[in-house]
Formats: sequence, structure tokens, C-alpha cells
Amino acid sequence: MPGQLITYRECIKQAIREALQADERVFIMGEDVGRYGGAFAVSKNLLQEFGPERIMDTPLSEAGFVGAGIGAALGGMRPIVEVMTVNFSLLALDQIANNAATLLHMSGGQFNVPLVIRMSSGVGRQLAAQHSHSWEPLFAHLPGLRILSVGTHEDARYMLAPALADPDPVIIFEYTSMLNLEKELPDSAESIEISKAKVRRAGKDISIITYGTGVYKALEAATELAAAGIDAEVVDLRVLRPLDEETIVASVAKTNRAFLVEDASRSVSVSSEVSARIMERCFYDLDAPVQRLCGAEVPIPYPKHLEDASVPQPAQIVTAIKTLLQHA
Amino acid sequence: MEQQEQQSINPPLGNEQAKKLLYQMLLIRKFEEKSAEMYTQEKIRGFLHLYVGEEAVAVGVMQALRPEDNVLCTYREHGHALVRGLKPGVIMAEMYGRQEGCSRGRGGSMHLFDAKTKFYGGNAIVAGHLAMAVGMALADKKMKRDQLTCCFFGEGAMAEGAFHEAMNLAALWQVPVLFLCENNLYAMGTALRYTHAQTNLELKGAAFGIDSSTVDGMDLLAVIKAANTAVAAIRKTGKPHFLVCNTYRFRAHSMFDAELYRDKSEVEEWKKRDPIPGYFNYLLQQQILTDVDFKKIEGQVELEVKQAVDFAETCSLEPVEELTKYTYSEKQD
Repeated sequence: MPGQLITYRECIKQAIREALQADERVFIMGEDVGRYGGAFAVSKNLLQEFGPERIMDTPLSEAGFVGAGIGAALGGMRPIVEVMTVNFSLLALDQIANNAATLLHMSGGQFNVPLVIRMSSGVGRQLAAQHSHSWEPLFAHLPGLRILSVGTHEDARYMLAPALADPDPVIIFEYTSMLNLEKELPDSAESIEISKAKVRRAGKDISIITYGTGVYKALEAATELAAAGIDAEVVDLRVLRPLDEETIVASVAKTNRAFLVEDASRSVSVSSEVSARIMERCFYDLDAPVQRLCGAEVPIPYPKHLEDASVPQPAQIVTAIKTLLQHA
Repeated sequence: MEQQEQQSINPPLGNEQAKKLLYQMLLIRKFEEKSAEMYTQEKIRGFLHLYVGEEAVAVGVMQALRPEDNVLCTYREHGHALVRGLKPGVIMAEMYGRQEGCSRGRGGSMHLFDAKTKFYGGNAIVAGHLAMAVGMALADKKMKRDQLTCCFFGEGAMAEGAFHEAMNLAALWQVPVLFLCENNLYAMGTALRYTHAQTNLELKGAAFGIDSSTVDGMDLLAVIKAANTAVAAIRKTGKPHFLVCNTYRFRAHSMFDAELYRDKSEVEEWKKRDPIPGYFNYLLQQQILTDVDFKKIEGQVELEVKQAVDFAETCSLEPVEELTKYTYSEKQD
């Protein structure tokens, strides 16, 4: 439907609905996904459409139902496990790190785990320290997992299908702050490769490399920079593990400058890793040191002005890049 | 129907069946003793947890299962793997870290896996596999497959939150899981009375509305009866069952354990209830087997264990180039 606006929430919902229609083995389970309609109304009315066998409400039992998802995947199902928010995911970290991520390798290739875990993530709704985590780097640290970050409506709509087709465990980070955001969806879906980063805007002067909520911020900043005569390329990492190094390298080799943006706090972040890879592969292509704009190294505070100050904002990206390119 | 069920609960203990059960218990015992020996020779490294003393549990429970059932175990699982049908040589090769091992040598003692016999580990985070067992049973229920999932764990696991979550989910979803607690009285080195406020462990099943039972895990025939009863109930109702087998580990927790936490006299007392002589004496009394039979079986077992070591000695190391293989599935074209 070209030209029609759609919310990020509706994109996710359509993706789930389509997956349930496409494959009888697919079911969704998680806290409040059924009768409540999803904590963020993502799965609203799906219970009525697909019934309680396919839309399973679970108790508050993250370790239990993530573990059960792993077991169901081993048993031939294709579960979508919704961890209501990333903030509760550590309760299931043992299941994710010790079972989902290890079983295939540890069993010598015998048991793969075709599981998709979705979690709503990020900063921006004044939920204070315990409900505002950006833990992508934490999960991206674990070999055996594929970590996806849904930074656009297109990915919200089309990433789930390839994730379900993946024979291995996939964790999808969605962003609560973007749920109501309306955008146009590309009229025809190109097939999404969940092994590839994506250049969201081509440019020649600098590569803004980001993911998640950083993508639209970077695009907004790029528009403003264009007005100032700076042609920025925006690279959406999308896949935080295994990282698509080639797309990063190709972009930096072209623009000779890299500016990394993410909400997660700076130390030991995804951008730490991207920066290191750029040093390893593109050192002689660089005209300037790699720079980063990341989350502040604090527990995220409740008041709006402090919350905003905790994560990168488009204006900061613009200022920093102008400074980097000596346009200031 | 009633009669059939009765029969499956108390199988006629014929000569062949008796020999098989005795063979399995002796195989575990001698395989474990050989493993300890190979450990001291540094052929086996890492952690090694032996099952000596607890043989009646694995043997008694496993005979109640069918090939299509799923089995999940703890890191003290050599015995279960042997009885489930993994070849002793393949298990020994695994502990040698050789690619002919059941997990390509990548798991070692604690991570025996075998797709053919539906043996899902070898899980070494205490209670970490319980929820997986529930999920496997859930998949069976959803796919309308007539099979159950048997999940072994120790009483130490029952103090973990993961145990309670798994029990609740299994009961809530009414899925066919046999929760099989091997209560050997020690969570590593801490006794039951220091880890559980309620030491009658089977009572915990009631909190979830799960039918529960308890049995003397040193008595093979009692375990068989309890396991057959539990399994028959699960197959009939599709609901979970919780069975506690009270047993005892004669050897240390692992090869690093100096056993400071229990008296030798306690171990000696329990050894009087050794399940192997206990069962064999019964067979003698019932005139089902003779001393000659025992010697013959023992000889066969010793040969098989020797052959397992011989096999492992001939096995090869996985090439280092394959280190990262299977971190992710290979592309399916």
C-alpha cells in the first residue's frame, strides 16, 4: 500500500499474523500476549483469530517460558517467545546463554534451536532506570545467537519471517519508543537478509553507523547535514551478531570517516566493536579518527530532560559531525 | 485394559530381563570405575561426576521409556546414556575429547548428546534443562505425538527457581513430563537438611497439583514399579508426574571433591544397600540367576568396558580448523 502511513506497532503485528498464517508450527507465547492483547497491544485480537494454542499467555516466568521455547523448538515447533521487555530478559539469560546459544555447537551439530525471541527495548518513555535498558551489546556478546535490531518500519514488517526461517536462535530487539511512529512502508518488500547491514541513505562525506532507534535519528541528522552541504551515509547495522563487517568496511572505504551512534552506554558497546573492526580493516582509509555518540554511562533517570540527555539526539549528531568535518 | 496396565507395571521378571537389568547396572558401575581410572591417567580431563551407587535409578526408569520418548539428564549422566543405548565406546571417546564421541568430543563428560536415542544431554547448569523438558513435551502435545519427556535432576535443582517455574508450566499446560528427582542427599557437598526446609521432597509436587510419588532408589525392583506406574499414568493422562528416587552417591561429587562434608561411616552404611548386590541377591533367592550367571555377565561387562577404552584410544581429535563449525547451522541449500 504505497503512500499509506503505518505504525511500527502495526508492522510488527502484521508480521506476526503473517507468520502464524504461514506455518502451523509457529506459535507465540509470553506474558499478556493473549487476553491482554500484548503489553503494547502488538498482539491485540490475535487470540481471537488464532486461539489459545497459538497465542499462549504465560505466567511471569521468564526463565520458564524462554526455556520452554527452546524445548519446543527442539521438538520441531517454531516458537516466537515474547519477553515483554528487555528489562526482564536477564531472568531468562541462563536459558539464552547456556542453552539456546550453546546446544548446536556443544552437541557437535546435532541439535539446533530454531527459536525467535522478541523483546521490546530502549529508552524514551520516562520509565526510569529499571525499565529503560539498552542491552543489545550484552546479548550481542554471545556466540551462537543471531541478534537483530529493528530500526525501521520495513524491518519491523519483514524481519520476522527470515528470523523464523533461521535454523538457529534469533533475538529481535524492538523499540518501545517507536511503536506509535507512523511511516510509509516501501510498496514492495525486498527480501530481507538477516545477515546484512543496510545502507539507509547513501552519501560520500561520512558514514553514520548505527542501529535501532539510532537509524531514524541518523536519517534526520543526515537531512539536516545535507542542508549544510554534508553528504552523510547512514548504515543501519540491523544484525548485531554476527556483524556484517563487509558493509561497514565498504562504507568507510568510500566516505573515509565514521561516526557511530547508539543508545547503549558507551563502554563495551556495539560501537566499541564496530570501531575496533574499522581500525582493523580501514585504518588507512580513514581521514579522521572514528568518533562515537553513545548513551551516557548512567542508570537512566526518570525526568524527561535527564532521560533525553542520557541518549544521543539528532541535534547532537549534527553538531558533532559538523565539528568533525570542520564545518562548525 | 486393567490387566494390561498391571502387567506393564509389574513386568514378569524372566531370566533374560533379569540378566539385562543386572548387565546394565554392572555396566554403569564398571564404566564409571574405569572412567575414574582414566581420569587419574589424565586421559579424561575437566569435570567428571560418577554415578556409582545410583545405578538402580537410571536402569529402573529407563526401562519404562520408549525409543520415541525424550530424555534430558544432568551432568552426572554416563549411566543414563549407557542404558539409553549410547555405545560405551562413543561415550568414552567423548570423554577423551575425540571427534568420534557422541558430541564430537566437544562436550566431554557433562555434555553427552545423541539425536538417534533422543538423548538431550548432559546439561550442566543445575535445573537449567527443566524448562526445556517442558517445552519438548509441549511440542509433542501440540504435534499430537504420543510420547513423553523424562527429565532427570538432583534434589539440588529443586532449590532453584527454575524448578518451580518448570513445574508450574508443566502443570498449567498439562504436558507429559516425568520429573525425575534423583535425591542423593547432597547438593555437591551440602546436605539436604541444609538446603531444603521441606525435606520430604515429593510434597513439593502437590503445590503445583502434580501427582507425585517417592521410592527407595537403591531398590531396582521398587524403582521399576514406581517408574512404570508413573509412566503409565503420564501416557494415559498426558499430565506431568513427579517421582523422587531416594538414592546415594558412593563416590565423591567430582574428582576434585575431598568429601569433607560427610563421614566415611555414613558412606559405608549406604554401601550396605548397594543396589547391585541387593538386586543380585534377590535373583539368587528367587533362583532366577546363579553365581555362574553373575560371573559371566561381569565378564561380558568388563570386556565391553575394556573395548570402550580401546576404541577411545584409537579415536582422533577434531581438526582445529573446525573449531567454529556448528556455532551456527550450516547453510541449508
